Amino acid sequence: MVGKNNRRREPLTDAQLLMTISIGIFAAMYVAAMIFMGGGFLKAQQIFDLLNDNSYLIIIACALTIVMIGGGINISVGGVISFTCMACAIFLNGTGIAAGPLGIVLALLLALGIGLGFGLLMGFLVSYLEIQPFIVSLAGMFLARGLTTILSVNPVKVAHEGFLELVKSKIKISWLGYVAQNGNLIPAKIEIGTVVAICVVIMMYVLLRHLRLGRNIYALGGNRQSALMLGINVKRTCFYSYVISGLLSGLAGFVFLMHKPAGNASVAMRSEMDAIAASIIGGTLLTGGVGNVIGTFFGVMILATIQKIIALSPLNASWWQEMASGAMLGVFIILQSVVLSHRGKKAKE
Amino acid sequence: MQNDVVLTMRGIVKTFPGTRALDGVDFTLRKGEVHALMGENGAGKSTLIKVLTGVYEKDAGSIWVEGSEGEAPIHSPQDAQNIGISTVYQEITLCPNLTVAENMFIGRTKGSRVNWREYEKRADELLSNLGIPARARQELSHCSLAVQQMVAIARAVDMNCKVLILDEPTSSLDEKEVEMLFKLMRDLKSRGVGIVFVTHFLEQVYEISDRITVLRNGQLVGEYPVSELPQVELVARMMGKDLGDLADLEAVGEKSAGSQEIVYEAQDLSSVDCRPYDFSIRRGEVNGFTGLLGSGRSESVRAIFGADRVTGGKVKVKGKYVKITNPHDAMKNGIGYLPEDRKRDGIIADLSVRENIILALQVMKGFFHPMSKAQMKEFADEYIKALQIKTASQDTPIKSLSGGNQQKVILARWLLTHPDYLILDEPTRGIDVGTKLEIQKLVLKLAEENMSVTFISSEIEEMLRTCSRLIVMRDRKIVGELTGDQLTQGYVMKTIAGGEQ
Repeated sequence: MVGKNNRRREPLTDAQLLMTISIGIFAAMYVAAMIFMGGGFLKAQQIFDLLNDNSYLIIIACALTIVMIGGGINISVGGVISFTCMACAIFLNGTGIAAGPLGIVLALLLALGIGLGFGLLMGFLVSYLEIQPFIVSLAGMFLARGLTTILSVNPVKVAHEGFLELVKSKIKISWLGYVAQNGNLIPAKIEIGTVVAICVVIMMYVLLRHLRLGRNIYALGGNRQSALMLGINVKRTCFYSYVISGLLSGLAGFVFLMHKPAGNASVAMRSEMDAIAASIIGGTLLTGGVGNVIGTFFGVMILATIQKIIALSPLNASWWQEMASGAMLGVFIILQSVVLSHRGKKAKE
Repeated sequence: MQNDVVLTMRGIVKTFPGTRALDGVDFTLRKGEVHALMGENGAGKSTLIKVLTGVYEKDAGSIWVEGSEGEAPIHSPQDAQNIGISTVYQEITLCPNLTVAENMFIGRTKGSRVNWREYEKRADELLSNLGIPARARQELSHCSLAVQQMVAIARAVDMNCKVLILDEPTSSLDEKEVEMLFKLMRDLKSRGVGIVFVTHFLEQVYEISDRITVLRNGQLVGEYPVSELPQVELVARMMGKDLGDLADLEAVGEKSAGSQEIVYEAQDLSSVDCRPYDFSIRRGEVNGFTGLLGSGRSESVRAIFGADRVTGGKVKVKGKYVKITNPHDAMKNGIGYLPEDRKRDGIIADLSVRENIILALQVMKGFFHPMSKAQMKEFADEYIKALQIKTASQDTPIKSLSGGNQQKVILARWLLTHPDYLILDEPTRGIDVGTKLEIQKLVLKLAEENMSVTFISSEIEEMLRTCSRLIVMRDRKIVGELTGDQLTQGYVMKTIAGGEQ
């Protein structure tokens, strides 16, 4: 009997509820687009395009979600992407070992190293010196952007043949494809970056859900003082959350380069803001303690779908995209506070 | 005999800059007993507990805990937990966003992977074993406060604690929840856990405790079995009086019962923090609310001023029904309030003495009717002189003044608005004796000038010197209203304690 009672379904947690809402909204939006816009939205490729174009965003949104659950923030992720792209592009264009196939692996390690470096530095400043995370990561953002420009003011195109091969290589799934007007079957194409991004989402989900570190991060964001009293090493937990987010931003930089093989000082401009928005839409609270990466994944998809819908509509203009994204964010924050305060009232009764 | 002792503290000393918070305090806890730790504000209860739990390092003295050799090495909350001392604080120190099971086991698991299913099973067993109505997979924020507190206790129990400290566990619980908690406490008692119980509620002490230790001003007053310490004796000990020798007080001035005109009258007034009560005050009367700390005296007067959210009641000011739901309403109706915690609610530390004095009047006039600088200076000078505020100049930031002078500045702020009714909540706390007397005299002088004053103080002498009527509160209820001959220390204390001799 006890065992049965044990597995009894508990009411949804705040995070699960918010995530469910965002999945629901994504589904409703996508179905509406299929009905009213038809065309591209009826093809499976549309979903894959959204993923291919936004794989880097999914990764940094996960990075943001983790620090935000811990009650912090990291706005340096976009800067780290641009720096990583530039550094890897220049490295791949070098001679010697870099020019060979091994160069790709080394470039990946370089990207991860840069991300790790930023993560360690910012994590140390935030956790052990207790400086405001916003300030620290703002400084990190300027530093990364500055370093990018020092490497090269002009865009650097990757000329490494092996790498370009990698950029072009796509996983093709023919049964999800469609028949073009000339009768040829065009299979659905998935970029490597998308696969990486999905793997990141799964890994971060497992980390947050099942590993001790993940639960400690939730505890930290839920109530820092309590977490301390419960015997959690809050400084180390906080430090690791920044290290992971730094590492993920480096990886996102490499994924970005696999999508657009060129280093450029203005790359991924403002993407940290999109990542924060996606996290919030996916149910992460800025106050910490609540959120999960599955929700964040759908947060990215919601933002991407809005942009796609507007791009395909007569309103196609960047300000419409921004306004729609902004409105969506506003609606979500209001919805979240309404839902949570309603639940708070009910829980008290 | 000594075998059942689980915790011994001897000669504990702890000094903070300027004060000796603990001065050679002894404390002994036995297995399977509930031991109440009592004392008024500043008695040293919380300091003693913080020393015991490793939040503070003691300056001198020794602590022994059963089962560990020699003196217990307590340097951090972690150390205390490791040797079996657990604390459940008034504010829940759990994470509301985690599940019940996670809150019980987080921070204590080994390895990087956690088998939560295993822990959930253990949590469920423990919860049903202790009779706690919570499920392991429930999110903690979905549990009531009482249950959250019990989860914290369950965590402590699972850590094999020998000493369980409950710091004001009942202050935010209703009666039914308190019963639930007491049931759990009795259960733990029978398992041999020694429980230190800190509370303001006298009746709860007598309901559940076996022994009482009383502290006063950082010193040990004594340790008594509950049966040998009647409630009135306990109150006397806490207040530092012996019922035998209550000398008469020298008067500081003529007490005033006021005229017939009723300035303020409330019926069934209640706020989020205080139960409905009736109250009235006449023109020129000085009355007081008394009771132990936590008895609800401050909450009651805060309701009059609208400082907490008012939830009901009818209020008449000078014979007319008015609505007072926030401090601004109260001020417009001629009511002033000097809050208990001047650092938090009273002074604006970085503003000058002059600006702090002008503040209330400016608010009353509205911000669109600015006062001239010359006028402000004049007002400030007048009151600095009248109240003998010791300050270098009007422009000195108030934070650099002494406590007594800060209090005078706040008093000046209210006097400047010429209120009909002034409420002074602990105006003499933490200030020197000379200034205390000055403030008492001032209160009587104000009454002579037809102002009505409600005066609250932890020191009964002060209230007896100034008030012509005392409203006595216990456990958040008014239990008596004393006038005339009843205004003696002995009688007041008996009323506070509950009349039983």
